[in-house]
Amino acid sequence: MTSGGRNNYLIEGLRRLGSVAIFLLQLLAASVASLGRPGLLVKQIYNAGARSLIIIMLSGLFVGMVLGLQGYDLLQRFGSEQALGIAAALGLLRELAPVITALLFAGRAGTALTSEIGLMRATDQLTAMEIMAVDPLRYVAAPRFLGGVIAMPLLTAIFSLIGLYGAQLVGVQLMGVDRGTFWSQTQGAVDLHDVSEGMVKSVVFGVACSLIAVHEGYHAEPTAEGVGLATTRTVVASSVLTLLLDYVLTAAFL
Amino acid sequence: MTSPASAQAPAAAEAVVEVRDVHYAIGGREIFRGLDLTVRRGRITAIMGPSGGGKTTLLKLITGQITADRGSVRVFGQEVATLGRRGLYALRQRLGLLFQNGALLTDMDVFDNVAFPVREHSDLPETLIRKLVLTKLQAVGLRGAAPLLPAELSGGMARRVALARAIVMDPEVLMYDEPFVGLDPISLGVILRLIKQMNAALGITSIVVSHDVQELAHIADDSYLLLDGRIAAAGTPEQLRTSTAPAVHQFMSGNAEGPVAFNYPALDYATQLLTDTDD
Repeated sequence: MTSGGRNNYLIEGLRRLGSVAIFLLQLLAASVASLGRPGLLVKQIYNAGARSLIIIMLSGLFVGMVLGLQGYDLLQRFGSEQALGIAAALGLLRELAPVITALLFAGRAGTALTSEIGLMRATDQLTAMEIMAVDPLRYVAAPRFLGGVIAMPLLTAIFSLIGLYGAQLVGVQLMGVDRGTFWSQTQGAVDLHDVSEGMVKSVVFGVACSLIAVHEGYHAEPTAEGVGLATTRTVVASSVLTLLLDYVLTAAFL
Repeated sequence: MTSPASAQAPAAAEAVVEVRDVHYAIGGREIFRGLDLTVRRGRITAIMGPSGGGKTTLLKLITGQITADRGSVRVFGQEVATLGRRGLYALRQRLGLLFQNGALLTDMDVFDNVAFPVREHSDLPETLIRKLVLTKLQAVGLRGAAPLLPAELSGGMARRVALARAIVMDPEVLMYDEPFVGLDPISLGVILRLIKQMNAALGITSIVVSHDVQELAHIADDSYLLLDGRIAAAGTPEQLRTSTAPAVHQFMSGNAEGPVAFNYPALDYATQLLTDTDD
């Protein structure tokens, strides 16, 4: 690659970053106004949250069950299989629940947001709102952004809960870890700091994933191909950013 | 060639839209090169021109979606380019625009689509909104379609619903972007009659952008022919039809041969056929 080509990539990357940052500021300003429209917001929390429930619950259950199996296998080598509850709870609360929920959210709700807004752009619906003197940023973008930000921590909490149940299912029911030990060890080891680490992460991921999804949709090329590309970009960018932010946040919390 | 100054509008009617010496280019392509036109209150003004000639761009200038590189666009006496967001939105509440594809909001039914601008801009009680919406839907003959979703409508019906939505706030100026494209003869007749009725009954100033010369001739009071980024001719539809200016005559009678290029610029026809590559 020539240095000119590299510079172009760098400039293009910076330009995109700048446009996302400006968009975030506009969204936050519009979000304040859209808080006064609870009807719109509730509908979007339902779309992003309630409609992702099944996939989140199923994934949570399976991840928890795998955690139970692997954790038991590893811990029993050191004769400390009673610690299974701690391992599962801490792993889920601090790491697995926020990250996997965010990745699933990007694939389920993020793509839906991008393609919906992109198609609204492609079929002139956003322009029609502009012409009717209704700000689409306030009516379309902000409620969807806020809906995602609110839904993410709720989904993460549900993921943790079901995951822990899954780990208990395998560890206690299948592998024979003592039920009382499992729960009491868990209760003793988990403190508020662990829960808040997961919650902070999920809020940050919620902002990142919703911002990317809404931004990509809002600025999608108004063609079938453009909306498709924007949807792909949403999944890729959200996933990579989630993992990157996860490292940064984990380092900050430790 | 008929000069733009000879637009045959009665001098008494006040100018609602004034476009003066507008230049506009996008991606290096010049769309407008000194565009001048006037739309007068209470009249139906037709803007004709070939596809890709900047007719839709003109509507974007009037509604403030884009700003001209040079020149002035005044609507109700206000310079559109200098209006802030608030001023622009206030101006837009006095305008209506009918999109080519209707641009209905797909997540709500026909009734809610028509009610949308009212709910956004007023605090009217639902009972009143219901009556208002039903009246407008009746005006376009679609009162019975109120519970349908936009996906269940034909192209012509969607455009009529969009028309009901465009008039629900009683705009002073109604703009139609290619209202006749792809319509069957019945829908076409209905839309034509509706444009005329809206204008006569509600006193709405209408701007119709289209390349359908015959249809426009039935309803327009004033017409402008947009060619090469300028007004090539202005006058009543009859004056344009009988014009002897070559470009005007070519457009009005639909000939491929003439000063207006129909063929996209290309290599010499025979040379290209006789060679094996296009290098």
